[in-house]
Amino acid sequence: MTTDNKSLRPSATFSQHVLDEIHRAADEGIYEIRGFGAKRPLPNFDDLVFLGASMSRYPLEGYREKCATDVVLGTRYAKKPIELKIPITIAGMSFGALGANAKESLGRAATAMGTSTTTGDGGMTEEERQASKTLIYQVLPSRYGLNPDDVRRADALEVVVGQGAKPGGGGMLLGHKITARVAEMRDLPEDIDQRSACRHPDWTGPDDLKIKIQELREITDWQIPIFIKVGATRVSYDVALAVKAGADVIVVDGMQGGTAATQDVFIEHVGIPTLPAVRMAVDALQELGMHRKVQLIISGGIRSGADAAKALALGADAVSIGSAAMVALGCNRAVFIEDYAALGTAPGYCHHCHTGRCPVGITTQDPQLEARLQPEQGARWVRNYLSTMVLEIQTLARACGKSHVLNLEPEDLVALTVEAAAMAKVPLAGTDWIPGSNE
Amino acid sequence: MGTRTCHRVYLGSLMTTFDLNTDSVRALNQSLHDASSGHTSVTKPGGQHCIACGIDAALEVSIDGHVGYYCAGMNQEAHITITGNAGPGVAENIMSGTVRVKGNASQYAGASGHGGTLIIEGDASSRCGISMKGVDIVVAGSVGHMSAFMAQKGRLVICGDAGDFLGDSIYEACIYVRGAVGELGADCIEKEMTDQHVQDLTQLLAATGIDAAADEFRRYGSARKLYHFDIDHANDY
Ligand code: SF4
Repeated sequence: MTTDNKSLRPSATFSQHVLDEIHRAADEGIYEIRGFGAKRPLPNFDDLVFLGASMSRYPLEGYREKCATDVVLGTRYAKKPIELKIPITIAGMSFGALGANAKESLGRAATAMGTSTTTGDGGMTEEERQASKTLIYQVLPSRYGLNPDDVRRADALEVVVGQGAKPGGGGMLLGHKITARVAEMRDLPEDIDQRSACRHPDWTGPDDLKIKIQELREITDWQIPIFIKVGATRVSYDVALAVKAGADVIVVDGMQGGTAATQDVFIEHVGIPTLPAVRMAVDALQELGMHRKVQLIISGGIRSGADAAKALALGADAVSIGSAAMVALGCNRAVFIEDYAALGTAPGYCHHCHTGRCPVGITTQDPQLEARLQPEQGARWVRNYLSTMVLEIQTLARACGKSHVLNLEPEDLVALTVEAAAMAKVPLAGTDWIPGSNE
Repeated sequence: MGTRTCHRVYLGSLMTTFDLNTDSVRALNQSLHDASSGHTSVTKPGGQHCIACGIDAALEVSIDGHVGYYCAGMNQEAHITITGNAGPGVAENIMSGTVRVKGNASQYAGASGHGGTLIIEGDASSRCGISMKGVDIVVAGSVGHMSAFMAQKGRLVICGDAGDFLGDSIYEACIYVRGAVGELGADCIEKEMTDQHVQDLTQLLAATGIDAAADEFRRYGSARKLYHFDIDHANDY
């Protein structure tokens, strides 16, 4: 009997991907652990467009009239706030998840561009401290490698409450990535699966956190800014509580944010997208009269100058990139195809950071694979990418008549979908309708 | 700066006194961070937080009274004595030196400590030694539940009793208990107390001035069953 094409109707509920996943679960008896961020479609910054200047507003001349990009972070309490030349920072990624060459590349690029980079779970490496003029040191629940010498030589501290890929979850580093150096930095045996804690060991709520931050300020003699990073969930409350706890800077990481290894169910089903998170965070700061006094950094799926400009227009002071910086370093680039194939994937589809066999040498501790990413080349790529993003932000800001990128405002934006209009609280294009606001 | 006074004691070494009823914790900590040696006496701490945290020198600090959160946090090299009770997170992330609490300690004492020694002459509350990474903690009294949770390295010595879920998800840290132990945490088991362990513990007790016979203790550590995720162990988590 031949197949009747009319009977080959796929199920929308049980799509091929769903069927494959059930088969995989039946075979393996464990959830899928993977890297990268959410893969499903989500409302995002593509659903917003800028209203360029016209009769009522003057544009600025590209290449001639100045459009400044500098930003100062940590003006609330710190004696030495961070001065950045561009409003794009490099997000926290751990040594362990990333190899030393990747960390060094990011540090060199950030330094050349006048911006900051961030440590991750696993502590600060000498390479990244040397490579990064401005280095943010994360204080994470695991406290791996946390020590006061590094606290004192950091340019800011970031207390990580959560991250967008897995708000409410801890880190995971599978045994095959735990080399002797990684194990030593974390005070753990080699080769074991490391489950980093999801809660801090010495504080539980915002009242405790306030005292924890006081301690960090005392240890650093009130010199450097203290950031609080949250995964985007109950953003309004979290931002208000972070302000109350004494943050200089709040980092809100939307659900498109990446990770080196977490359960797929976490990545795809926990947290809210970056787009509504920005607006909720800005509204919370404005309600407290703290907008621009406590700076807001937005991250989670920022890919381009357009994404960054839209986040700034909605009220962020800066954006932070993680996955996009890795893509600039060569993640998912169509080279070493046979090594992608060995992982059962292909360029464009790879999310195999958790395996430690990164074909392009970024998320690996294997010396041969790591050698594929030379810090000089990596730094060049990230620098080029950051420069492009900055030019894009300036292009959009000048088109809206702004001489500083932080002068972009919500009034410069309209939404292309009803969902985006409701989430960003800007009108649906062609209407004055902001769903939920002025009906 | 209030009534801070300096006066000389034996052989010319400088004794600095801070009365925290009038002097600020900020002024005290700045002075401790600026010093490279000497003895500082702190009076009337009044349960204030973050006293004597972030010291990075072999100073002597004696605190006469009760302290709040994170006293002696991230200590390096200093020898700090608290003649009173300590609030949550005393000596959190300690790297080296000694912190001695002559009274009781609240939650998370010695949390994530990397080195040095924490001695609690009274009892410690829950989560004592949580996430510890090399510190030695000696408690003359008892400890609360979830002590040594996710403990990675170092020794937790409990001369009294231990609450439930002791050593839950423990890695390579070593726990000694003299009294009763509640329910053990996931992957924590009793292990053989060898002559070597008795000898090590005898030395540690002697060094910390805690009067107890090492051969009366039992030893607990990791069964190492959760080191690699195995679906057949999922119910153990
Ligand atoms: S190419 Fe490397 S960094 Fe990119 S997803 Fe694959 S393993 Fe991760």
